[in-house]
Amino acid sequence: MSKTTSVIMVGVGGQGILLASEILAQAAMLCGYDVKTNEVHGMAQRGGSVMAQVRFGEEVFSPLVQEGKADALASLEAIEGLRAAHYLQPGALAVVNTQQIIPVTVSSGLGEYPADSAERCESVFPNLKMFNAVEIANNLGNDRVANIVIMGALSTGLELPVEKWQEAIRKSVKPKFVELNLEAFEKGRQAAK
Amino acid sequence: MRELMSGNQAIARGAWEAGVALAVGYPGTPSTEILENIVAFKDDLICEWAPNEKVAFEVAVGASFAGARTIVTMKHVGLNVAADPLMTFAMSGAVGGMVIVVADDPGMHSSQNEQDSRNWGPFAKIPVLEPSDSQEAKDFIRYGLELSEKFETPVIVRTLTRISHSRSIVETGERTAPNPVGFRKDPPRYVAIPAWARKMRVKVEQRLYRLISEAEHSPINRIEMRDKKFGIIASSAAYQYVREAMPEVSTLKLGMSYPYPEEMIKKFAASVEELVIIEELDALVETYVKSLGIKCRGRDIVPGIGEFSPAILTEARAKLEDVKADTPKPVKESADLPMRPPVLCAGCPHRGTYAALKKFNPVVMGDIGCYSLGTLPPLSSLDSILCMGGSIGMAHGMQRVGEEKPVVGILGDSTFFHSGITGIINTVYNKGLSTIVVVDNRITAMTGHQHHPGTGQTLMGEQTVEASIEDIARACGVKRVRTLNPYNLKQTEAAIKEEIEAKEASLVVLKAVCPLYARKPVGTIHKIDEEKCIACGACVKIGCPAIEYKKGSKPKINPLLCSGCSLCAQKCPKNAISVCDEVVQNF
Repeated sequence: MSKTTSVIMVGVGGQGILLASEILAQAAMLCGYDVKTNEVHGMAQRGGSVMAQVRFGEEVFSPLVQEGKADALASLEAIEGLRAAHYLQPGALAVVNTQQIIPVTVSSGLGEYPADSAERCESVFPNLKMFNAVEIANNLGNDRVANIVIMGALSTGLELPVEKWQEAIRKSVKPKFVELNLEAFEKGRQAAK
Repeated sequence: MRELMSGNQAIARGAWEAGVALAVGYPGTPSTEILENIVAFKDDLICEWAPNEKVAFEVAVGASFAGARTIVTMKHVGLNVAADPLMTFAMSGAVGGMVIVVADDPGMHSSQNEQDSRNWGPFAKIPVLEPSDSQEAKDFIRYGLELSEKFETPVIVRTLTRISHSRSIVETGERTAPNPVGFRKDPPRYVAIPAWARKMRVKVEQRLYRLISEAEHSPINRIEMRDKKFGIIASSAAYQYVREAMPEVSTLKLGMSYPYPEEMIKKFAASVEELVIIEELDALVETYVKSLGIKCRGRDIVPGIGEFSPAILTEARAKLEDVKADTPKPVKESADLPMRPPVLCAGCPHRGTYAALKKFNPVVMGDIGCYSLGTLPPLSSLDSILCMGGSIGMAHGMQRVGEEKPVVGILGDSTFFHSGITGIINTVYNKGLSTIVVVDNRITAMTGHQHHPGTGQTLMGEQTVEASIEDIARACGVKRVRTLNPYNLKQTEAAIKEEIEAKEASLVVLKAVCPLYARKPVGTIHKIDEEKCIACGACVKIGCPAIEYKKGSKPKINPLLCSGCSLCAQKCPKNAISVCDEVVQNF
């Protein structure tokens, strides 16, 4: 792989985007690639739309992904993927969690949450893996690992060996949560099949 | 060892490796994690949160005068606060190396304004270094400290959101032994009385000439010749976007963006067909290059407002080549998506404050912190935000000229210690009547939970004196000081009513710990009884992200988000909201 691979991760502040991007970045580094990531902290985290980007390859310059150039997209929420759809290259992999988080703007009557978010995703993303990651995480006993379930699905579209992902998970989460996260990752891989 | 590090982690590492003895600052996105990461080295150095950037700067100056290496960290607006000591310290100069790390936020991801901190270079006549990735962020700290000692000058290392919060691979090194400490008395050097300051002023100009010579030969300024059709001068993140979008063009990469390497620029300009300056925010290098009589392009192909991106550079390239750029726009399926701006978290105590304030429709002068999230609908409670501590002065000024509505100034606990106290002294001294509300959530919350003088704990994890907001207010002369629990809506409303009606200045502390910091829910998860609910929207108006409401249905509480603060239940006219007994807590 001589070109740079760019991955976009989106969701809602608090869903665990930062950990997810950390794991991908570590996995890529363990494979010997140059890596750059970016994310926004502070005000942008408080329940708003959030995005993290990870790029890896022989030599990576920009930490920011150009619109239309991303090789994969992972969305932890049902409509946040649509918001970032223009980052993806035509036909690239999109993994979308069907969980809906209703923004305060909708509850206050300032906007409507689209009832057809799933249909929209299907029409926008020709290469789509869409499933309920929260349900899978709940079955594992902790809904907080939905982000890792999604990363598992994302991993099926990236050319990084599974062992490197697993090593990255071991490095990035607290020891007592390693097994849970590895399991969540595996369930995500299965869900993407 | 090779490690993946954010720019901020790398700066912390660089400071430790370079033998820094003291690191000090005030939190501010995107600079905060520098000191948070330096705590890992607390066995080898002193690190402190100061109440504000000016104090932090002065602490660093003291350390430098004693011979120690030091860094002081802040966001761009923080250096405005510290500008007074900066401008005179730039004259007396450093003894132990001193680096000012200032983090800019182009595009204002988490800031009230957009500033280009490179301007401090020519203003204070001191060097400005700009790393373009984490490796350079680490290396430039050492280089900056060495420059600082060699030229007896403070040095600015300017970072950006995309440097501080981007991660890339860093080769780590060992720690250099710290300088010996020992202040040597030398009044003409350190005492800025006019007679000596005039001499210092001359030395500053002489130093600047020597620094220009350093810039010409500095290893961090480099010409990279590739195709000669275009030659681009760039620094920081902009350099990376240039390399991404135009990999074949020649570049002059400025690691030291002030003072300018005049001869290097002239040489580069002469060796390319067309010279282009790609700089984010202000056109400083471009203006300078043009002042040399050299033709160049820049502001005509890249904007001076907001943050750069690879797309902006792709468009710039198209303009240079006089072709049409093809940059993808958002898909039509996302055109009508509801906006999702940041909001006060579920369970945030500030929600109670705003719910109570709203009842009296006051003019509310706001401040910098999480509570600025009460600005947007449905809370719509803030009427202005200016700067750290600005709420109190603004409220006083408005009240003094006869504003008819009650005037309230609202600020947080960390902001109170930062620069609220002088405002309170002023309000009392000048017989103001405004009401000051301190929303005290016991931590600096917006930047990610940093300690401050009111929390009783230091950055290094030691227990310390816990400054009392109430005692300070009384000492400033405020007679009406009271403390309430913002989760108790009735009491809070009653107190606010009394205080805004009072014919003297008053201060209300609304005290409750940030539940995200406490890492536990405020109470037990609530639920809405659909039978009792009349869908009046009273609960929705407090803007809680846990309350989900779609038109044509009844509101629901999302148990994954609810913190059990009970504010919605207190607002419900039908008692339809109550504690949910069957759900397990999962906060």
